[in-house]
Amino acid sequence: MRQVEKAELAAAEALEVEQESRWLRGWRAFARDRAALVSLIFLAIVILLAVFADLVSPHDPFEAERLMRNRPPLTEGYWLGSDSNGRDILTRLFYGGRISLLVGFLPTLLATLISLVLGLVAGYFGGWIDQIIMRVLDAFFAVPLVLMAIAIAGVLQPGVVTEIIAITVVLIPYISRIVRTSTLGVAAEPYIEAARAGGAGRGTILLRYVLPNMISPVIVYATTLVGLMIVVASGLSFLGLGAQPPAADWGTMVSDGRVALTKAPHATIFPGVVIVLVALAFNFIGDGLRDALDPKAGARHHKG
Amino acid sequence: MLRQIVTRLAAILPILLILSIFAFLLVHLAPGDVTDALLGPMATEEAKEKLSVAMGLDQPLVVQYARWLSNVVQGDFGVSVHTQALVSDVVLLRFYNTVILAAASLFLALTVGFGVGMFAAARSYSTFDRVSMSTTLIVGSMPPYWLALLLVLAFALEFRWFPATGMTSITGDGGWLDVARHLVLPAIATAAAPAAIITRMVRASMLEVLGQNYVRVARAKGIPKRRILWHHALRNALPPIATIAGLQLGFLLGGALFTEVVFAWPGLGNQLYYSIVARDVPVVQAAILVIALAFVLVNLAVDIMNALLDPRVRTM
Amino acid sequence: MPDDEVILEVEDLRTQFKLKHSTLKAVDGLSFSLRAGRTLCIVGESGSGKTVTSLSLMRLIDPPGKIVGGRLIYRGRDLMQLSEREMEEIRGDRIAMVFQDPMSSLNPSFRVGEQIAEGLIAHKGLGQEAARRETIALMGRVGIPEPEARYRDYPHQFSGGMRQRVLIAGAIACEPDLLIADEPTTALDVTIQAQILRLLREIQTSTGSSLILVTHDLGVVAAMADEVMVMYAGKMVEYGTVETIFAAPAHPYTKGLLSSLVRLDDTRESDLQPITGLPPDLAKLPGGCSFWPRCPLAETACRETEPSLRAGGAGHLVACHLAEPVAQDAPA
Repeated sequence: MRQVEKAELAAAEALEVEQESRWLRGWRAFARDRAALVSLIFLAIVILLAVFADLVSPHDPFEAERLMRNRPPLTEGYWLGSDSNGRDILTRLFYGGRISLLVGFLPTLLATLISLVLGLVAGYFGGWIDQIIMRVLDAFFAVPLVLMAIAIAGVLQPGVVTEIIAITVVLIPYISRIVRTSTLGVAAEPYIEAARAGGAGRGTILLRYVLPNMISPVIVYATTLVGLMIVVASGLSFLGLGAQPPAADWGTMVSDGRVALTKAPHATIFPGVVIVLVALAFNFIGDGLRDALDPKAGARHHKG
Repeated sequence: MLRQIVTRLAAILPILLILSIFAFLLVHLAPGDVTDALLGPMATEEAKEKLSVAMGLDQPLVVQYARWLSNVVQGDFGVSVHTQALVSDVVLLRFYNTVILAAASLFLALTVGFGVGMFAAARSYSTFDRVSMSTTLIVGSMPPYWLALLLVLAFALEFRWFPATGMTSITGDGGWLDVARHLVLPAIATAAAPAAIITRMVRASMLEVLGQNYVRVARAKGIPKRRILWHHALRNALPPIATIAGLQLGFLLGGALFTEVVFAWPGLGNQLYYSIVARDVPVVQAAILVIALAFVLVNLAVDIMNALLDPRVRTM
Repeated sequence: MPDDEVILEVEDLRTQFKLKHSTLKAVDGLSFSLRAGRTLCIVGESGSGKTVTSLSLMRLIDPPGKIVGGRLIYRGRDLMQLSEREMEEIRGDRIAMVFQDPMSSLNPSFRVGEQIAEGLIAHKGLGQEAARRETIALMGRVGIPEPEARYRDYPHQFSGGMRQRVLIAGAIACEPDLLIADEPTTALDVTIQAQILRLLREIQTSTGSSLILVTHDLGVVAAMADEVMVMYAGKMVEYGTVETIFAAPAHPYTKGLLSSLVRLDDTRESDLQPITGLPPDLAKLPGGCSFWPRCPLAETACRETEPSLRAGGAGHLVACHLAEPVAQDAPA
C-alpha cells in the first residue's frame, strides 16, 4: 500500500471515529427541536401503553357489556365512551395500538432492509444490474401506493400478516430509490476510491465505508414512512383486509364505529384522532432526525 | 421537440408491460385455485376441471399471459365472473364516474392549493403562513376514510346539507345539479390530502423562486410586488408544482377508493375493491390496468408540459 | 444635470440582521454624500458591509435584515420615510442597480427584450411598441450586436458578458440619476471586464448620472473612481479622492490593501504583504477598533476605544487613532 493510500484510509478511519461522536452530536441537535422531542416522548408513551395494555386497561377489550352500549365519553369507567357493542374505547385503543403500531413499523423495517440490499447493489455497481432493478421498480411507481397495497392484500387471505406483506412489498420501490440515490452520492466520494485502491474487498467497502455514510437520509425517510404506513395500514383494516375480528386495530375501530355513526360518533372520532397524532409525531421526529443527522439539509427547511 | 415527446412515450412502454405482468400474476398469487374461489367449497373436482379448461388455466403461465395480453391490447378484458357483463363496459363506465370525482377534487385541490400557497409565500412567517402550514400538516396526516366519515357525520347526517351516499338520488332526475349535490362531500374528502400537499409545494416552490437573483433584480427595477409574484415568480415555480399536481391526480384516480367506498360513489375504486373481495379476476385486472394507464399518461402529460414550459427546450 | 448638486446624502445608516442567537451589525453608522456625475467606489473584503450598503440604499433589505437607523436623502427626500409603493416608483426609475452575477440575474423563462422593456412600461408608461423600439435602441447602445433580432432571444442564448449588458440596459432604461453597481464585473472574464467598465463610464458621461461602484478590486477603483470609500466590518475606515487614497493612504487597512497589489512596475524584491488574519465575525466584533486584531500598528488605545472619523487633509477622512498619511514609495 502506497503512502498516499495509507493516509487516505487513515482519514476514512478517522471519519468513522468522528461518526461516533456524530451520533452524539446528532442527538443533541435532535433534542433541541422541541416538536421532535415532544413527539418522541408522546410516541414512547403510546408504545408503552400498547405494550403494557394488559396492565393499564380498565376493561377487557373483547368484553361486550350489553347494558353499556354507545355510552358517551366521561361515562363512569368508560373514559372515552363505549362502542355499539358495549366495549370500552380506551381499552380498545390501547390493544389496537399493538397491531396498528406493528403494522406501521415492521413493514417499514423489512422494506428498508430489502431496499438497502437492492439500492446499494444498484447504486454501487451500476451498469445493467442497476438498469434492470430500477426499471422493474419504476413500474411500481405508476400505481398509487395505497391501491397496490389493497390489491395485494385483497388477493391474499385477509389478516395482519397479509397487511404486513402487502405494505412491505409496496414500500420497496420507494425506499430503494432513496437508497440508490444516496449510494450514488457516496460512491463518488474520494475515500471510496482510496479504499478500493487499498485493496479492500467489495463487501468490505460496501459495509464499512458506503453504508454508514449513505444511511442518514434513508433513516429520515423511513421514519416519516412509518407514520404514513400506520395510516395506510389503518385503511386496509378499515376495508376489512387487515386485522380480523375479534382482534382490532385503530382502522377496524373506525369501521366498527360506522354502524352507530350518529348515536356514538366518538367511537369513530377517537381512533382517527389517535392515528393523526401518531402520524404527526412520526413526521416531526423525521424532521428532527433530518436536522440532527444532516444540518446542511435542514438549514433550508422551515416548518410552518 | 417532437423527439422529446416521442422518447417519453417510448419510455412508458416497458413500464406498462411490467405492470401488465404484475396485474396478470397478481391473481395467481391468491391461495388456492381461482376455480375454488369462483365455484365455492362445495364444487366437485370435475366442475373445477371444466372451468379450468374453459378459462384456459391449464396452459403454461407464459401462454396464458400471452393470450391475455393480446386480448387486452385489443380492448377485450373478458367477462365479469360474477355478472357476466363485459368487463370493458363496466370498467369504462365506472372509470368515467371516477373521473368526474377526480376532476372535481383536483379543481378544489388546485384552487385551495394555489390560493393559500401563494398567499403564504407572499407573507412568509406571518401568522397566516404559520397557521396554514400547521393546518396542511394536520389535514395531510388524516386517514382519508376517516375524514370522509367526519364529513358525512357533520354535513350529511347532522346538518343534512348534502346527501350521504351515491352519485344520484333515487328519486331525483339524475341531472347535473343532482350529481353536483352528491359530489360536494366526496370531492372535499378526496381533495383534502392533495390540497394540503399542493399548498405546501406551492409555498415551497414560490419561496425558492422568490429567493432567486432575478427576482431581486425585478424588485430593484421597481416592478410592483403583485406582478413579481404572479408573473415573474409563478412562471418559474410551476414545474415542481405541476409534477406534484400530476402525482396527486394519479393518487386521486386510485386513492379515491376510500371516498368511493364510504360514500358509495359508483366509481372504479369502488368497483376494484368489491371485485377484489369477490375475487372477480377479470375485473380486478382491468381496473388495475386502467388506473395505472391513466396515471402513467397523466404524468407523461405533465412531463411534456414541463418540458414545453422550459424555453431552453422550446428554442432547440 | 451637470450641476454640482448633491444627489445622495447618507446619514448614519445602520443595517442589522437578527439571527437566532445574535445580531449582525452589517452596516454600523455609515455617512457619506455623492454629487451628480461623480463615481464613488466602495471598497472592502467580503463581510465588510459593502453589498449590504448598496442594498440598503435601495431599501432592498429583507428579513431577517432590517435598516434600523439613519437617513437616506435622495435629492432632498428621505427615502426611509417613503412607503413601499413610493419606493417602487423610485427604484428602476431614479435609482437603479446592477448586480454581481449576470448568469442568474435574468429570468430564464422570459425573453430578454421583454425584461428590459418592463421598466419602461412600468415607469414611463410607454406602450408595447414604443417600449420595444426604445429597448432595441438601448440594446444597441450597450453594445449588443443585432439588437432587433436578439430582442426576442432568451437569456440562455447570451454569454455572460452580453447578459450583463442586457442587465445594464435594463438598469439605465429610465435614465436614473444614480446607478449602483455591485461588483458588476467580478463574475466576468478580464477582457470583458474592461469593456463593461468602459460602457459604464460612457453611460455616465452621456447622461451625467452618478455611479456607486462596489468592488474589492483596486484595479477597478483606480480606473473608475472619483472618490473612494474603504469599509471594514460595517464601518467606513477611510474616505478620499482616488488620488489621495492611492498616493497617501492613511488607514493601516487601506495601506494593507494597496501593498497586496501586484504592480507591473514593481521593483521591490520583498514578498507581497497580505493582510493577515480573517475578516471578523460581525456578530462578535472585538472591542475598540474593529481592525486591531489584524493591524500591525495596534496599540492599547486601539483595543479600548473605537476611533472616530477625522479629517486627514482636504476631503480625506480616516478612522484610526494613529492616522498619519504616508506617501507611498514612488515607483522607480
